[in-house]
Amino acid sequence: MDLGLSHYLAVSAALFTIGVVGIFVNRKNIIVILMAIEMILLSVNINMVAFSVFNGDITGQIFAMVVLTIAAAEAAVGLAILVVFFRNRGDIAVENVDLMKG
Amino acid sequence: MKITEPERQGIARCFTKTGALRALAVYAFWILATIVVLSAVMVIAARNPVHSVLFLILTFFTSAGLLVLIGAEFIAMLLVVVYVGAVAVLFLFVVMMLDVDFVELKQGFLSYLPFGLLVGAVFLAEIVLASVSSVGAVTGNFDASPGADTNTEAIGQVMYTEYLLLFQMAGIVLLVSMIGAIVLTLRHRPNVKRQSIAKQTARRRADAFELKDPSSGQGI
Repeated sequence: MDLGLSHYLAVSAALFTIGVVGIFVNRKNIIVILMAIEMILLSVNINMVAFSVFNGDITGQIFAMVVLTIAAAEAAVGLAILVVFFRNRGDIAVENVDLMKG
Repeated sequence: MKITEPERQGIARCFTKTGALRALAVYAFWILATIVVLSAVMVIAARNPVHSVLFLILTFFTSAGLLVLIGAEFIAMLLVVVYVGAVAVLFLFVVMMLDVDFVELKQGFLSYLPFGLLVGAVFLAEIVLASVSSVGAVTGNFDASPGADTNTEAIGQVMYTEYLLLFQMAGIVLLVSMIGAIVLTLRHRPNVKRQSIAKQTARRRADAFELKDPSSGQGI
């Protein structure tokens, strides 16, 4: 059996699901939540590149690069917020983030 | 065990040059896909976040391998450079810099697990349903670099022409996130001694020292 689009869609779906489950099971650990988000974006990338290659259309790979850019920017800003939050509070417990809610 | 005719032909095809390569690609796919999924599970299940980051790096590397298999080399190398070289190292920095009790953060993992698995199953079902309908809709031919010899060339042909605006917007996003991260984390602590070039060049001889002429045997 040759490699097909469905192989890649299966990997991508598995990675996406693992990422979503990871967000739910690590509710207290925001670093792992960010990593799970990165995995979700990676699965989207795999999906787009797979469709691009199996359709013979380069557009999907361009958009995969844009997603990659957004993922890098999101990680940088997210971790910067995390560092500031840690500086102000001394821990990164996410359940206390809504402390300043009115 | 009897080998049927189609199977025999399949085996024969595997031993021709391209057939062998294609069979090898399928084996490589299964190995890489297994590593991707297992290391992704370890990312969310590992006790130590440092291990999580390392498994994340493994996931990125093997995903890049998967993309190389179908000929999308440029995106694959970009994954290695951006994700492994920048994002994962950033995660590693932050995990090691923050002095956090990670055992405490792991509490409640099992109590959230059933709900997480439920939501995951719902998502997976939706994706599978959507994929099953869209796989049949693929009409084009397998081609990782349409209109060019190499994948990088094919991307380069459209990225700076058709998608110039998108490219510029991606650059602006990066600039904004860079400035945002710096603004968020920069702080001026008053007690830290820093080099001040202006102060150094503005220093005059009269401010710096004075001559005393103590008389003998008295000191200053």
